[in-house]
Amino acid sequence: MSNIIELKNVNKWFDKFQVLKEINLEVKAKEKIVVCGPSGSGKSTLIRCINRLEEHQEGSIIVDGNEISENTKNIESIRAEVGMVFQQFNLFPHLSVLDNCSLAPIWVKKLPKKQAEELAMENLKRVQIEDQAIKFPNQLSGGQQQRAAIARALCMEPKIMLFDEPTSALDPEMIKEVLDVMVDLAKGGMTMIVVTHEMGFAKEVADNMIFMDEGRIVEKAKTNDFFENPKSDRTKLFLSQIL
Amino acid sequence: MNLILLKPSKENLQSYLVLGIGLLIIGFFDIISNTFFDFNITGYLPSLISYFSPLLLGALGLYFIRIEYSGNKTLDIINKNLNSNNFNAILSLIVIFILIKYVPSLLNWTFFDANFIGNTKEDCTGDGACWIFVKVWFNRFMYGMYPDAEQWRINLSFLVLLASIGSIFIFPLKFKNYIILFLLFIFPVIALNLISGGIFGLKWIETGAWGGLSLTFIVSAFALIFCFPIGVFLALGRRSDLPAIKYSSIGFIELWRGVPLITVLFMSAVMFPMFLPDGTYMDKLMRVIIAITLFEAAYMAEVVRGGLQALPRGQYDAAKSLGMGYWRMHLLIILPQALKLVIPGIANTFLALVKDTPLIFVVGLLELAGMIGLAKTNPKWLGMAAEGYVFAAFVFWVICFAMSRYSQNLEEKLSTER
Repeated sequence: MSNIIELKNVNKWFDKFQVLKEINLEVKAKEKIVVCGPSGSGKSTLIRCINRLEEHQEGSIIVDGNEISENTKNIESIRAEVGMVFQQFNLFPHLSVLDNCSLAPIWVKKLPKKQAEELAMENLKRVQIEDQAIKFPNQLSGGQQQRAAIARALCMEPKIMLFDEPTSALDPEMIKEVLDVMVDLAKGGMTMIVVTHEMGFAKEVADNMIFMDEGRIVEKAKTNDFFENPKSDRTKLFLSQIL
Repeated sequence: MNLILLKPSKENLQSYLVLGIGLLIIGFFDIISNTFFDFNITGYLPSLISYFSPLLLGALGLYFIRIEYSGNKTLDIINKNLNSNNFNAILSLIVIFILIKYVPSLLNWTFFDANFIGNTKEDCTGDGACWIFVKVWFNRFMYGMYPDAEQWRINLSFLVLLASIGSIFIFPLKFKNYIILFLLFIFPVIALNLISGGIFGLKWIETGAWGGLSLTFIVSAFALIFCFPIGVFLALGRRSDLPAIKYSSIGFIELWRGVPLITVLFMSAVMFPMFLPDGTYMDKLMRVIIAITLFEAAYMAEVVRGGLQALPRGQYDAAKSLGMGYWRMHLLIILPQALKLVIPGIANTFLALVKDTPLIFVVGLLELAGMIGLAKTNPKWLGMAAEGYVFAAFVFWVICFAMSRYSQNLEEKLSTER
């Protein structure tokens, strides 16, 4: 199977501070990767580079056969294929949940309104909040908002889903309902890159684990190997603290 | 005397109530006799003490009746709202005394002693306002020098305007967008042609003859319609990544914000024609409207920019991650939220714009305040400045208050914090 995402020698700086150092990463279609590491290690920056919410300065990033760089003309059409879920949900507060979901299909994919709304309802049903469709985001609980955000991303029918610490801003009680949706999604065969500290989730769905520290990928391994016998000392230290 | 005795409390409620209310009554009696009967009951005291005696008596009286949880409902309400401490008690008294002293004379001037009947200045005999002045000049105040026989054209335009605004609320939502499009793009053209004439056999009436309140409306309406989108574009431009757009936006905004409107208007009338190629001509009114539009657009840009900066970065990230480009992101996600945030600021700018229109007198255009200024210099009507400007103030206040209420209404309607 060919690689759907390829990062080669990616370097990125914020001013003089280097956040990503020589990142090499290959993701195959339908592969699930969980990225973990201490805060400030560049995990979020890494996945934000994949749909160019951040710009990298060196190296190449190829998503679904398209190189992503400042010369990329069709960055919008690449982003439309890469769904993203944020830590702070980032739902559009001026629109109802249904409109949040159907907006991009209508205006970016040019679906007729009726069809887009059907699609939105379908995805809201999938994350089990179809009864909240006409409400505004502020009226929903954190867990419901995050599920709505996942539904919104799914409405674009993306090939890849990126999750940027999707449960970090949630009350402990609500984490499970979001993780359940993500597990479901994983079993449905979505290509996923998930930045998270939820190791239970990682063990359940991840094919590969990545551990990052100080902008480098310290360790990349099959999930079992990663947890059973991590190679690097840094990884061992991290795991001993988090598990 | 023992000071404890002077401390009002629930036990000796009755006696303190009598004492306090007695002092208050003397205080009010003093100010009322002073104001209406020209008799000063404390006249034998030194003038400074005499002047402040109602306040001193009243404050002392309020101190004595300041008894918490007295059990008397009326007293408790008064104490809570007017008399919670010495400072508030004195403030309450000052406000009440000012109302007693000045409101009756104001009402007398405006209504009871005012003259309404008659047609000349000589009919004004009372001490109050001479509203005959406004009555006689009313037509000019509304239409300026616009010929009487043609005024139906202005009336018709405003009727159509009011009718289409009204129909927004009557017709179902489906037609609303069409009506708004009509108001924004078709109506201005129709109204302008109707009022200026020169086509369909209508008599041509040059803009110099336009004036009065109708001119206020025309200038404000056009400036409002155009300054808003220009302001939004400037705000977006100022935040652009492209240096050319960014710095020309900054330059434009800072230039127009940095000069007084009156000089801009003067330039538009005097300097601007010098730069036009020979033979081309641009109407004076149009130049003035363009000048006001660009001037207010600079302010509008900064108001809108405030809203744009208040939005969290996550909104941009989310819109981008859904594959939206710059324009879709701004039109669908960013601007609806940013503009909603700055409705108070936008209303502020619009009100300022309406109230800036009188300045067009510097180029010889006379809207409502300008017409009043002209009328008060008429030899037959000298000395009518107060009446004229009170009338102007009233009309402007009604317009601005209506706009302000509408903006508050809009704010509530668009709120999603339900």
